[in-house]
Amino acid sequence: MSEQKIIEIEVLRYKPESDEAPHSEVYKVPFTDDMSVLQGAQYIKDNFDGSLTFRWSCRMAICGSCGMMINGIPKLSCETFLRDYYPNRISIEALAHFPIEKDLVVDLSGFIEKLESIQPYIIPKEPRTIEQGEYIQSPEEFNRYIQFTSCINCTLCYAACPQFGLNPDFIGPGAMALLHRYNMDSRDGAAEQRMELVASEEGVYNCSAVGYCSEVCPKHVDPASAVNINKANAAKDYFLRFLSPKGGSK
Amino acid sequence: MEIFKADVVIVGGGGAGLRAAIAVAESDPKLKIALVSKVYPMRSHTVAAEGGAAGVKKPTDSLDYHFHDTVGGGDWLCEQDVVEYFVKQAPVELTQLEHWGCPWSRTEDGHVNVRAFGGMKIERTWFAADKSGFHILHTLFQTSIKYPSIKRFDEYFCVDLLEEDGRVQGVVAIEMGTGKFTMIEGKSVIIATGGAGRVFRESTLGGIVTGDGMALAFRHGVALRDMEFVQYHPTCMPITGLLFTEACRGEGGYLVNKDGYRYLQDYGLGPLQDKPKNKYMELGPRDRLSQAFWYEKQKGRTIEHPVLGSVVHLDLRHLGEAYLRERLPLIYEMAETFMGIDPAKDMIPVRAGVHYTMGGIKVDGKCAASLPGLYAIGECSSVGIHGANRLGSNSLTEIVVFGKLAGDEAAKHAKSVAPGNSASLLKQAQAIEERIMALKTKTGGTERISVIRKEMAQSMEDGCGIFRTESTMQATCDKLAELRERFKNINLDDKSSVWNTDWLMAVELDYQLDVAQTMAHSAINRRESRGAHQRLDGPNEAYKQRDDVNFLKHSEAYYVPGGAPRIALGDVKITKSQPEVRAYGAAGEKADAERKASHV
Repeated sequence: MSEQKIIEIEVLRYKPESDEAPHSEVYKVPFTDDMSVLQGAQYIKDNFDGSLTFRWSCRMAICGSCGMMINGIPKLSCETFLRDYYPNRISIEALAHFPIEKDLVVDLSGFIEKLESIQPYIIPKEPRTIEQGEYIQSPEEFNRYIQFTSCINCTLCYAACPQFGLNPDFIGPGAMALLHRYNMDSRDGAAEQRMELVASEEGVYNCSAVGYCSEVCPKHVDPASAVNINKANAAKDYFLRFLSPKGGSK
Repeated sequence: MEIFKADVVIVGGGGAGLRAAIAVAESDPKLKIALVSKVYPMRSHTVAAEGGAAGVKKPTDSLDYHFHDTVGGGDWLCEQDVVEYFVKQAPVELTQLEHWGCPWSRTEDGHVNVRAFGGMKIERTWFAADKSGFHILHTLFQTSIKYPSIKRFDEYFCVDLLEEDGRVQGVVAIEMGTGKFTMIEGKSVIIATGGAGRVFRESTLGGIVTGDGMALAFRHGVALRDMEFVQYHPTCMPITGLLFTEACRGEGGYLVNKDGYRYLQDYGLGPLQDKPKNKYMELGPRDRLSQAFWYEKQKGRTIEHPVLGSVVHLDLRHLGEAYLRERLPLIYEMAETFMGIDPAKDMIPVRAGVHYTMGGIKVDGKCAASLPGLYAIGECSSVGIHGANRLGSNSLTEIVVFGKLAGDEAAKHAKSVAPGNSASLLKQAQAIEERIMALKTKTGGTERISVIRKEMAQSMEDGCGIFRTESTMQATCDKLAELRERFKNINLDDKSSVWNTDWLMAVELDYQLDVAQTMAHSAINRRESRGAHQRLDGPNEAYKQRDDVNFLKHSEAYYVPGGAPRIALGDVKITKSQPEVRAYGAAGEKADAERKASHV
């Protein structure tokens, strides 16, 4: 397994200060079977061209920095391995549907604004003091939301979502999964407040139920199910509003 | 140059920085907070912490037990008054995180659960499966969004502190996406930039863990304390260094050598236990376990893997797939993805790797540094709770306990001082901009920064590893001096402004070389063995022993422009625990019993 082989990595390069448009460059990278695509990119930066630019940090698929299109599929480059593509050439590009800032770095400010807009924090149903100790959560209550806490904000689901590609204002799968996480938490009492956004023009009705977001999610959060549960909730809320002036999102 | 006027500037958006920001916001919503981070906050390395956070929870536990475990675990180099504050505040802050939504793992009856951890007498580690740091960080980041007074500077890289009239008055940072400089004025500055372990080769750490804040404070005359104490974590993935949490052993995992023998029983941690027993065998402290790995290798009892090199085995098979998936889901996935191993069926090859910087920016018990207005928290700081060896799960608690405290203190300070002179601060900031720009625009150099970085990391591993001698440490000191010279001759490939990571990594390397020098020079000056600093030399091998007469002292490294750091010794605060023999396993239990008897 230690034998060194050479793999061709084709990188979509873009330097905004000197390039009119993105273009491909091919690098011949020596690799061993334990090397990730991220390590391939690092090899290029260290040895061939220090200007190659990409985000990375933890190397263990938890910080969410290193997503890119690998042969056209959104993946975390730290947990994708060169051996699985050899002897073919491998292509890496910036995540789809986001504006490219430089090489593999995309503009995430839109995503961050969405994340901030969903009120991603506990708005307590019943406030508690430290002296009262922790809230009690039964295993059933815990299991209702825990899956949706696993999102690492890598935005692979946005690169996979055809609707986000068409409408960049769509709140999108990742942020919607996080919204759902707080709505489902027994400590939180603000589901009704968040409903306005769910049912808005940027909300769940943009989703065309392709489900590719859940397929590419490296943490099995299943954002598609979060979006679809909220579609149903929003519809229910809409009809209940006719019956009760208080609405029905509880 | 862009200018932003804040009351409190926080450098670093990990768990400590975020907790401090929230504390400032809650103490006075009128205070303007600038939170500067070179990555989006949820990318910070807090995210990678796995096992959990220590705080007394069970009725059978006590603050006193947590105190003694911590001080003994630190080989008596802790500031004991600070440890007393720490253990008292720990449950408060961990409960606060629960109120903010942190999904701590729970017992069947719905309370927060705790697990066993190395060197801890009673189970007191709060955990969120094996993604505790991830959940703490995301909880804090998301909660911070609630406070409009926190203005984030995401992907801004801090290059220097502003100092005038004998106090800190702000920072200068580069907006990474444009390369433009920003001056951020502040009456208080909190450094929360994390550790520096990437100066070593094989580490558990993310690429961002480059000691930036330590170097910033150091260059402004603040001491870096106890820098020779670098923690090797005993169970890391070979080559990449990725971490297999101590919780693997807390949940019942074994460490075995090439003969399938649980070798820790030979190193003062026995006798053998079937079930995890606190402070015995695999639940010994990290320094002892990493040292035992080194001895096994010397004895030829490690497994010599053709690709991975020398390893021992972490055996989790007896815990079964279902339990592993529930308690250690990240570990399970990492073993599968990165090593092609099913930990329910096969043993995991591991070895010791660099994990944590016990030392850091010297601060008092209120997180204040010697430069007025400057505070430091978390791994970049040395507030005094870890001593010569940190116990696992004390550091996640540290970031919230001292994040809160520093936030309160920095807020108070900001309200007590007048704003600075913006015009003269701007002049200073422009001079800083010129200096940092020169690194990029200079031509004619021949050195690649990646080459210098690799040589530094190799040299630190060779000279300042698990065991050290005068000659290996001297070789590292010499090498670092050589690299410092060669750094002047670097040449960058990237001369552009937008997202120039080539340039930023050069600034980081400059920081790293400073920090590496403080580690190597503090190490060679400490002529004894204590905690994570273990020597094999001295007259009649005298330095193999702890020497409380001469070295029950902190090391303090001071910046000397253009030269090696000056090392001084500082006093250790002892309140109620006098240094004793540091014992674990049956010997530790006997010592505990004797101490109790003598107190009656």
